[in-house]
Amino acid sequence: MIWNPNKECMSRDEMSSLQGKRLHKIVEYVYHNVPFYRHKLQDMDITPDDIRTIDDIVKLPFTTKKDLRDNYPFGLQAAPQSEIIRIHASSGTTGNPTIVGYTRKDIGVWSECMARCLTAYGVGRDDIFSVSYGYGLFTGGLGAHNGVEMVGASVVPASTGNTEKHAKLIRDLGITGIACTPSYALYLAETMEHMGITKEHIKLRVGAFGAEPWTESMRAEIEERLGLKAFNLYGLSEVMGPSVSYECQMQNGSHINEDHFYPEIINPVTLEPLPNGQSGELVFTTLTKEGMPVIRYRTRDLCSLMQGECDCGRTSVRMTPITGRSDDMLIIRGINVFPSQVESVVLSMKEFAPRYMLIVDRINNLDTLQVQVELRQEYFTATFDTPAAIDELQKRLSDKLRSVLSISAKVQLKAPNSIERSQGKSAHVIDNRKQQ
Amino acid sequence: MTVNQLSIFLENRSGTLTKVLDIMKRTGIRIIASTIADTAQYGLFRVICSNPRQAYLELVNEGFAVAMSDVFAIEMENRPGQTADTVKCFSEAGISIIYMYSFLKDGKGILLFRTDDMETAREVIHRAGFKCVSEKDLADWK
Repeated sequence: MIWNPNKECMSRDEMSSLQGKRLHKIVEYVYHNVPFYRHKLQDMDITPDDIRTIDDIVKLPFTTKKDLRDNYPFGLQAAPQSEIIRIHASSGTTGNPTIVGYTRKDIGVWSECMARCLTAYGVGRDDIFSVSYGYGLFTGGLGAHNGVEMVGASVVPASTGNTEKHAKLIRDLGITGIACTPSYALYLAETMEHMGITKEHIKLRVGAFGAEPWTESMRAEIEERLGLKAFNLYGLSEVMGPSVSYECQMQNGSHINEDHFYPEIINPVTLEPLPNGQSGELVFTTLTKEGMPVIRYRTRDLCSLMQGECDCGRTSVRMTPITGRSDDMLIIRGINVFPSQVESVVLSMKEFAPRYMLIVDRINNLDTLQVQVELRQEYFTATFDTPAAIDELQKRLSDKLRSVLSISAKVQLKAPNSIERSQGKSAHVIDNRKQQ
Repeated sequence: MTVNQLSIFLENRSGTLTKVLDIMKRTGIRIIASTIADTAQYGLFRVICSNPRQAYLELVNEGFAVAMSDVFAIEMENRPGQTADTVKCFSEAGISIIYMYSFLKDGKGILLFRTDDMETAREVIHRAGFKCVSEKDLADWK
């Protein structure tokens, strides 16, 4: 099912032309209403008239999270306060939170985009749908909520917390759909098991999961334990909130609502746009937003874009799953290295636990990379009673790392469970190089 | 014909070997023979002990990577040239010894080794009439 075929299945030429017109309009709008953007454009000697087609977007400056913080709270707001009907704030762990104001039209666009997501998942008027993202300053709860009302399903604003009551409602009300973080879905499944509620007792069939990175194995586990089909829902509050992109039934990448959010992929170091299909940092320009538009906002999320019509009939560009964050990038001997690349190699070898540590050092003015991995007892079989066998395993890993990273890494094998577990962002990296 | 040997992966860090030995001590397991294969990055501690299955479980439980494998244990006369004669039987049959160590027990030499062809090695042992030490012998030895 497609909520708005007129937009979701638009021909590429029509879409480009629409995006070009909207880009011109939004640049003109911020030029006249946001001094921050006006000064940036003036410094670069650009006027809104220089931006005529969507391809002109590369002339525009980037916007970063730091710009949003520096202009706290309302510096980047383009609409007058009288037009703002809602304010969300991002969960800033350091410094000022990011404040995002929405006009009535913004909330309408958001609901429309969210309705497209839900329809793609197969949610309709007959569904009873539980929104279990947090309601509040976080965009997840209210953002998903408006979309469920838009498609006409019955929304249950469960929010987070009180998971036992939620599980009871899922069973007693025959709730058919749920939106939450993938980790909350697993927590919910666990709670249900403790309560003796099995998937035979419940009617969940669709899940919309996002707001944190998740893997295919998590998808399989959620689907198995809750008996539903799990779909990706991507978004970020700086751009809108959930509904920026969504998976369809094909589950081959997430369709971007690109008539509202124009995506680009750039090299996070040179800031050059990358050719189609290449992996890099995702950048969004809001084409229709009134409250707080963003121009070429750097998401720090790493992925690639997929062009071409999808088997579902949608023509919109798709994004691949997020493979990491550009803030995590290390430059070692001049080569960009992402911890997620190491992760993919480690995960591909069953002899190692899915845990690793990168230790970067500078010895005699040369950068060195050491990768620590844990042996898994289950696969440390009789054949590993000689150093030759262990060295061969070590060599297989370092060969794979070299081919993926393009630099050599020294592998250090560790005993099971010896690498410290931590939840932090850069928990996988120890960089001992002196800051220069 | 073979006995169980534990090969314990040791990170090159002071204290790891002590930890392994403490676990065996606490569990009341006697070490009968042992050797360390050392590399620049790690060590491999090979142990023949009184209760390899229990030792295996305890060590795995404490977070060690442990491989349990079968090695031959042959009893020999304690006289010059005996090891040479024994090993020759295998090399003449085209079998390579991957690693080997030994100890003395009640005036007899016990040769512990693994080969690249366990099946043929069994035939050689059988034909030559070598006396093999069993798991039960190890458990009973005081």
